[in-house]
Formats: sequence, structure tokens, C-alpha cells
Amino acid sequence: MSKNINVALIGNPNTGKTSVFNQLTGLKQKVGNYPGITVEKKEGICKLPRGVKAHILDLPGTYSLNTTSLDESLVVELLLNKNDKDYPDVAVVISDVENLKRNLLLFTQIKDLKIPTILVINMADRMDRKGISLDVEAMEKKLDTKIALVSTRKNTGIDRIKELIADYKSISSKPILDTSRISPEYFERLKSTFPQEDLYKLWLVITQDVNFMPIEKKRIQDATDFSTKSKDELKKLQHKETVLRYQLINNILKETYKVDFMAAKGLRASLDKILTHKVFGYLIFFAILLLIFQAIFEWSSYPMDFIDENFAMAAEWIKNTLPPGVFTDLLAEGIVAGIGGIVIFIPQIAFLFLFISLLEESGYMSRVVFLMDRLMRPFGLSGKSVVPLISGNACAIPAIMATRTIENWKERLITILVTPFTTCSARLPVYLILIALVIPEGSILGLSYQALTLMLLYLIGFGMALLSAMVLNKILKIKSRSVFMIEMPTYRLPLLKNVGYTVIEKTKSFVLGAGKIILAISIVLWFLGSNGYSDDFQNAESIVAERIESEGLSTYSKNYVQNNIDAYRSNAEAEGMAAGAIQDSIQVLREELSERAVAQEIASYKLEHSYIGQAGKAFEPLVKPLGYDWKIGIAVLTSFAAREVFVGTLATIYSVGSDEEETIQNRMAAELDEDGEPLFNLASGISLMLFYAFAMQCMSTLAIVKRETNSWKWPMIQLGFMSVFAYIIALMAYQILS
Amino acid sequence: MTVADLKYGQKGIIKDFTEHILPIKLLELGCLPGNSVELLQIAPLNDPIYINLSGSHLAIRRSLAKLIELEIIEETQAK
Repeated sequence: MSKNINVALIGNPNTGKTSVFNQLTGLKQKVGNYPGITVEKKEGICKLPRGVKAHILDLPGTYSLNTTSLDESLVVELLLNKNDKDYPDVAVVISDVENLKRNLLLFTQIKDLKIPTILVINMADRMDRKGISLDVEAMEKKLDTKIALVSTRKNTGIDRIKELIADYKSISSKPILDTSRISPEYFERLKSTFPQEDLYKLWLVITQDVNFMPIEKKRIQDATDFSTKSKDELKKLQHKETVLRYQLINNILKETYKVDFMAAKGLRASLDKILTHKVFGYLIFFAILLLIFQAIFEWSSYPMDFIDENFAMAAEWIKNTLPPGVFTDLLAEGIVAGIGGIVIFIPQIAFLFLFISLLEESGYMSRVVFLMDRLMRPFGLSGKSVVPLISGNACAIPAIMATRTIENWKERLITILVTPFTTCSARLPVYLILIALVIPEGSILGLSYQALTLMLLYLIGFGMALLSAMVLNKILKIKSRSVFMIEMPTYRLPLLKNVGYTVIEKTKSFVLGAGKIILAISIVLWFLGSNGYSDDFQNAESIVAERIESEGLSTYSKNYVQNNIDAYRSNAEAEGMAAGAIQDSIQVLREELSERAVAQEIASYKLEHSYIGQAGKAFEPLVKPLGYDWKIGIAVLTSFAAREVFVGTLATIYSVGSDEEETIQNRMAAELDEDGEPLFNLASGISLMLFYAFAMQCMSTLAIVKRETNSWKWPMIQLGFMSVFAYIIALMAYQILS
Repeated sequence: MTVADLKYGQKGIIKDFTEHILPIKLLELGCLPGNSVELLQIAPLNDPIYINLSGSHLAIRRSLAKLIELEIIEETQAK
């Protein structure tokens, strides 16, 4: 089989590049990361005519090869490195028919790298409406290329792209601009120093701003007989290059591209009037936010309940069906419980990504940035920080990756540092279970206390993000030259296919990413909780039996037996059973319950002396002032890996060795402290919730922050500050309330 | 007169600039001498502004807009 043709898709943002990619590859695509950085690498396979196959790489959107961000520099890096295994045999530049002039700038640059280049003019379906007419043939001649007129919305022209790719050998790879015109003198000197090299490539290496190809750059600087130019002079020449290219493009378009403005009608102007209006603009934005939260908390509760029930049933089924033993325990108590803890997030994450991708695809997100920019600036943030701060309500990881669009490094850094304060969905299960336990039912003005508490926690998180941004803005002394600029794309109906792909992709990567951690921790916890080294652990049965003989059952067990009997009695009486019969069956029930209570006491004694129990006891003095016992301490400790582990840990700790399928919430409600009072009360519950609101408990976020800021300094500062702050606030809350 | 001074519906032509203070990104998006700029919207609190830069629809902050000098060519009647 012959080698696949390597194809690189390149284009400005908002040209429908991803739609073309989806059309070409269908579901045969895979999303990964470029080695060492978190820029998404999308690639796929496309079947071409005559049995040939193409390997398609979707490169990040860029306006030119003069890069200012990491995403963009990737494009240049690939196009300059002939030895890269992805180096394209043919480049496909995607352009938007309405912004053709600007899109051609990038096209001419790529062509000057002597790569065979195909031009795709997308959104051809809008030409009539915009009064645009094209002379494709003349344009092909002038640009010395082949053109495919495409509409991804109407699904036309895709076959033409495939044919052109298959026939890539016939596509010209001649440069289009005489690049030495940028500075004849400079290029002449380059040529005499590096006679073997392609001058335009050298020029690109020299002028890149981003930490780009340091070795190549150094090689040029080290060439002793070559004196380069100052930064300012180079910048001037870059300006000149842009002007030269636009002159060339204008000349070509003058003869081949016509716009009849009389025929053009646009939705843009009238929609913008409303959506960026001083009053209605905000109202609409907040209405959309409300809708998103409604979806995440209300609509997704149905599938979530469904998932919850099914996992509880699955665990019970495993216990009842498989032969009892270590493996069954691990499966039911460790693995199934752990997986259930991840799967339950899927509906929320999917809803959030659904909305975010709808907003982005339609072009509305840019309007939000426009509306919010001035409001965010006093906090040291940019309008573009709004997107990460909203996404942060699902998960800080994609949110922090979304900060890449912020050009200003200081604004970007602040956004990265404060985003983990927003209430991510991993906090939700912790909040929900604690609220149900400690906040009384009842309502004020039609709003339930429990719902109000949840809302308050969201506001606290968001408020804390803004507050710390303001403080950071004062403290951080970073000078950043780059400027705020955002393109306002035309409004478009989102393509369902694109939205669908995004939702599936993001959800999958969340579940797999977080899933690995949670699963591993569940298994380790289960192991540590069911094993121990001490004599106390080994002889738990006899020790507990002795204690019960001398002291009787513990208060907890007595209550447990009595409560169950009372419940049975009132039930039976309501059903009209005879008093004698009730007495008899209660007698039987009491024996059964006592047996179970003994088993539970053994289990809990074992747990206390297992590895995890020992660790928890050692950790207890630290969390005692916050109102937690050693079991909560363990849950807090393990959830340093990821917050959602908290509930899972308590579930695992409480279910180890227990035969009954009780909900976690009921088990937590039954926990007593040393004085026989419920362990989860208002004071300790609120202290816990506030701890989770502020603490940086997510290893994945720390890893992302490290990658995005390129140092361990910022994630460590974040971890230190947030943990200490959370501890102090939780301590104050408990001490005041108890 | 700069882009920051434009009023609703006003259109101008970018003047020649000799100083190279503008970011290259802006040039790439069409901010070149002779090209037209039209003010479309002003965000609440007066900043940023939303312009049509010879076909590119962009939002930029006032601080940047002040750097782009232009000549008014068209006054649409005030609404």
C-alpha cells in the first residue's frame, strides 16, 4: 500500500475550517495533544478517489504566519520543518468568501514556502445574499493554484477538494511574491551568509515573536559574519511585508472578485443592534446564563438520578450474584462505586459543552466578550476572561485552556489563577450531599433554604474569583504590550454536526481523564480500608466480641436497632397486625438486627485499625478544629486529587464490610461524634462546604496550569494560597457556628 | 482625528502612518493606509468599540483606536 498523502488544513479563525475537516474525515478522526503542550491536535483519514487515502491534520486557526501565540506558532513550526512526519505534501487553505482579501494574506505566505497549496473558498452559499461574484478561473490563474468553491452547510464542493488533493502533484509550488522585495539589502546579506537556505523560511524564523525554534534562531545569531537587525527594524519590515502582500492581493481581486453592496443584505447589523445593546444586550446575556444553569441543575438531574439508581443496582447485583470473596468486594465496593462517581457527571458536562459550543458556533460568544470587556477590566481581566469563567462552572481544565485567546499575558495569567474558584461541577456532589444533610428543609419567599444555600455557594465562588483577580491585578507587576482585539464573525446557525462532535469529544476526554484518577483512588482506598497490619485489625472479631460482652452494644448500634424496631412497629400497627403477632416478629427482628449491629461494629473497628484508619487518625488533629473526624479527614485528603472523590471516599469507607445497601446520605446522617451527636451538623457541614468552595483540590487543574504557564511557580502558589485560605475560612466558620 | 473619535455612522479612511506602533495583527486584519473604517457599535461604558475595518468586523479598545489616524469621508445623516 502506498503512503497516505499528508494534508494540512490551514486557515483564519471563523472560516469553517473545522466543518471542512469534519466533512472530509467524518468520524474517522482522533483528537490528541501535541507532545508537551495542551494544544489540541486533530487528525483524521479521508478516502480519496482512485483508492488513495489522505491523512488530514487540522491546524489551529491563524491570521498569518507572524505568530503571537503558542497555537499559531505550531502552524509555522510544522510548515518550516521538512523532517516532521506531518509535514504536508499539500496545504489546503480554507477561506471565507466574505473575507477573502484578508484570508488570502495567509495563502500567499504559505505559497511562498513552496508548498503545493490549494485554496478552498468556503461559505459559497452566502455569495448571492452578499452580492458577491467570483471569476474562479481567472483567480486560479492569477494565484497560480487550484480553487474549490465549497459550502459545508449545503454540503457542496467537498468532492472537488478530494479530487484536488488526490491530484496534488499537478499543483504549483511556485512562490507568488518576490519576498526579497521586503528588504533587498537584508535578503541579499542573508543569501550570502546562508547560500543553501530558503530565504523566506529564514526570514520567518528570524521574525517570530514566540519562543520559537530557539536552536534555529541561535544558529542564525551565531553566524559571525551576519549582523541581523534590531527588533524595531524587523517589525518595520514585517509591516512592509504585509503591505506588499495586500498590494498583490488587491491587484488580483480587482479583476476577479466583485461585491455589489446594493444586493448585500445582512442580518448582522440588526442583530448586533439588539445583542450588543446597552440594556437588552445584558438582559439577553443573563437570560442565556440562567438557561444554562437551569439545564445543568434541573434538566440533567433526571439522567443523573437514572444513572445513580442503575449503579446502585449494579453493585447490589454483583454482590448477590457473584460468589463472595475479595474480588467481588473489590468489584462492587471499589470499582463500580468509583465508576458510578464519574459517569454521573456526564449529563452536566455534556449540557455545558452543548451550550458553549452553540454560543461559539453562532458567533454570539464574541458579542459577550465585547459587552463584558469594560466591566471586567477593573478586576484585571479581559472580556475574553468571561468564557473561561463560565466554562469554569463545568470544569476548570477546559476553562484554563480557553484562556489562550487572551493576548495580554497579565490578563491571561490572572484568569488562569482565579478560574479554579468558580464552582466546577466536581464540587456539586459534595455540596448537594452536605446541603441535604445539614440545611433544614423549609423556604422563605418561595425559595427553599437548600436551593438558596447552593446559589450562595456559587456566588461565593464567583465573588472570590473576582476579588482575588482584583488583588492579583494590584500585586502582579507584569508589563504586557499585546492588545485586545476580537473578530466579530457573522451570525450563523450552528451546524448540528459540529456541535455534536464537540460535545462527544469533550465529554469523552473529561470522563477518561478524570475517570482514571477516580478509579485508581477508589481501588487504592478500598485496599487500604480492607487491610491492616496491627494486631487490633487481625483480631478485630474477638476484640469486639469481648467488648460487647462486657459493655454491651455501642450507643450507635442500640439506636440503630431501636429505630428499626420502632419503624417496624408503627408500620405493622398501621397495617392492623395483631399485638401478639407484632411482639413475636419484633423478637425475631431484634435478634437479626443485633447480629447485624455486631457485624457492623466489627467492620467499623476493622476500618479504624486498617491502614487508612491509621493514616486518618494521624491526620485527625489537623482537621479536628474544623469539626471533622478522621473519616472526613481521609475524604478531604484523598480529594486533594479531585474534589468529587470526597463523596466516593466516604461511600467506600462506609460501605467497606457492610452488607446492607444503604444510601451514602443515610450512612452519613447516622454518623455520631464522641458526644453522641450527629457528626454532620450545621457547623461542620458549612465548614466543609466553605473548605471545598475555596480549596484547590484538583491535580489535573494544577497540571494544566503548569503547562499553560510553563512553570511550577504558579500552580504551587495557587495550591498554597487556596489551601491555606480554605483552611482558615473553614476554621472560622466552624468555631463561630459551633 | 483617530478611530476613537468616530461617531455612530461615520466612516473614515486610514491615513499614512510612518510610526510603526500598531501591532502587526491589526495590519493583517486590514488596517492599512487607504482602507476604510466605520464605527458600528460602542459597548456600554463607552469601551471597547466595534468597527468595520474594510470588511473585517472587529472589536478593539479605545486605547488602540487612538493610535489609528484617519480622515472622515462620509457622514451619514444623524438618526
